[in-house]
Amino acid sequence: MLSVDVSHPMQGFDLNVAFEAPPGLTVLFGRSGSGKTTVINAVAGLLRAERARVAVNGQVLSDTDQALWQPPHKRRLGYVFQEGRLFPHLSVKQNLRFGQWFAPKDAPQEDMARVVEMLGIGDLLSRRPASLSGGEKQRVAIGRALLASPRLILADEPLAALDEARKAEILPYFERLRDETGVPILYVSHSPTEVARLATTLVALDEGRVVQQGPAIEVLGDPLFTPSGVRSVGAVIEARIAQHHDDSLSELEAGGIPLFLPHVGLDLGTPLRVRIAAQDVMLSLEKPTGISALNILEGRIDQVRSGEGPVAIVSLDTSAGRVLARVTRRSVEAMGLAPGLKVYAVVKTVSIAPQDVGG
Amino acid sequence: MDWLGPEEWQAVALSLKVALWATLGGLPLGLFVAYALARWTFPGKQLLNGIVHLPLILPPVVTGYLLLLTFGTRGPVGGFLQDLGLVFAFRWTGAALAAGVMAFPLMVRAMRLSIEAVDPKLEEAAATLGASRLWVFVTVTLPMILPGVIAGAILAFAKAMGEFGATITFVSNIPGQTQTLPSAIYAFLQVPGGENSAMKLVLISVAVAMSALLLSELLARRISKRMEGG
Repeated sequence: MLSVDVSHPMQGFDLNVAFEAPPGLTVLFGRSGSGKTTVINAVAGLLRAERARVAVNGQVLSDTDQALWQPPHKRRLGYVFQEGRLFPHLSVKQNLRFGQWFAPKDAPQEDMARVVEMLGIGDLLSRRPASLSGGEKQRVAIGRALLASPRLILADEPLAALDEARKAEILPYFERLRDETGVPILYVSHSPTEVARLATTLVALDEGRVVQQGPAIEVLGDPLFTPSGVRSVGAVIEARIAQHHDDSLSELEAGGIPLFLPHVGLDLGTPLRVRIAAQDVMLSLEKPTGISALNILEGRIDQVRSGEGPVAIVSLDTSAGRVLARVTRRSVEAMGLAPGLKVYAVVKTVSIAPQDVGG
Repeated sequence: MDWLGPEEWQAVALSLKVALWATLGGLPLGLFVAYALARWTFPGKQLLNGIVHLPLILPPVVTGYLLLLTFGTRGPVGGFLQDLGLVFAFRWTGAALAAGVMAFPLMVRAMRLSIEAVDPKLEEAAATLGASRLWVFVTVTLPMILPGVIAGAILAFAKAMGEFGATITFVSNIPGQTQTLPSAIYAFLQVPGGENSAMKLVLISVAVAMSALLLSELLARRISKRMEGG
């Protein structure tokens, strides 16, 4: 349980952010300049906010109303920075051990061998950070944060400096961190993909205010939620792997409905999340036949949201979960799309991006 | 080595002793001042910076005279220290003080540059991992600035070996007490037939200065190689 309440004057606006997050991974989501980094640095104690109350699992780290402020080194954190920030004069192994040197002796110790195995960095231990690739550095940084026996793991856009291939390489490690360690994680991001893959809880910021917060699946399925523009809207479906087919397709099962995706390299039965971008969803009033798209989901319209431009976002409830579709306002009128109407959502298998699929 | 006479030996040994103490004594204070100038903002920072650099720009004779006024037995600080049993005037300790003061700006400059080159973000990262300010300095900052510290110390040592003007003004030129290498060279040149001895000391001076320079290059290269290497 993480509880944060921060106020701080910023350029152009006053930051005023309060949220409570259940265990799991909480994503602070918003455009650059919305105040995400200010909030996470106030939680870390790297920034002395004008007013700050931060508590983790009942332990108060900072409460300016009671003149209580712990310096960063007493907060027992693991912070994964965007640029890694590994110590260049130490080997990878010494970097990993750095936090352990200062952790209280009675703190629950993460097992070095287990963390090294989980992050796949066994071959790097004797190397220096200067000789590592960007993705390797970030894996070591995750390990270093985790091995400090932290009460809370912080991550400030840890993937932003990496190319797409490296991002795809690191994302699963954060999923494992979330699912296997039980340490609460506060994760700053402006990427819808990362939110969809990682977030248990979503806190969306804009100009220093919380515009929406709640369980990630719910918030992402809300057609009113378009913080980074209508193009990036997309709901998340929770599914599990049902079957791998010979033609390089994987069949998923979500609420009794089969979904076909390009091959997913996970074992049968593995639960995973699939983000379906709203702009890749087509709506039909009758069950379409004779089309190439493999995924057809029957659902009922919950909301239609029309904006200023030509576009409308339609949300529908299917037995697989909430699906969002981005269609034109003209289609909404021509088809008479309205809440309660039964429609079919059509999703091309190949339109689902591999980085939008994962545990 | 009977190549050198006893008087010459004395000057060389004294110079080494003086330079060593001037360097070791200046090191902790120099590191502190360099850190303060590189990292902190405080009122009077420019004044401190000026005072540190003063010996570099003042005529050495002026620095020596100011030292005499301050640390002489009748000076305000000198009188107080004399009660504690520490005398600078006309002793080798005074030569070490003069050499230390003259070498201080060089030492601070080298160390300040290396501290400014350390990314404070790394120190922040160390703090989030549980290291207090002191531990951050010991485990992150100090190892990273080590080449600069060593370079500064060696530069200061070489400068202290060659210090002449402030030393001779402050503690005079007493053989065995305050006659360092440069003072001895100067003294030999003042007497007829002393050129031979002076030349030998000049050669030693050049050898010491050159080895100090080479040593610092070697150490700096080794450390930076270790830092970048795989």
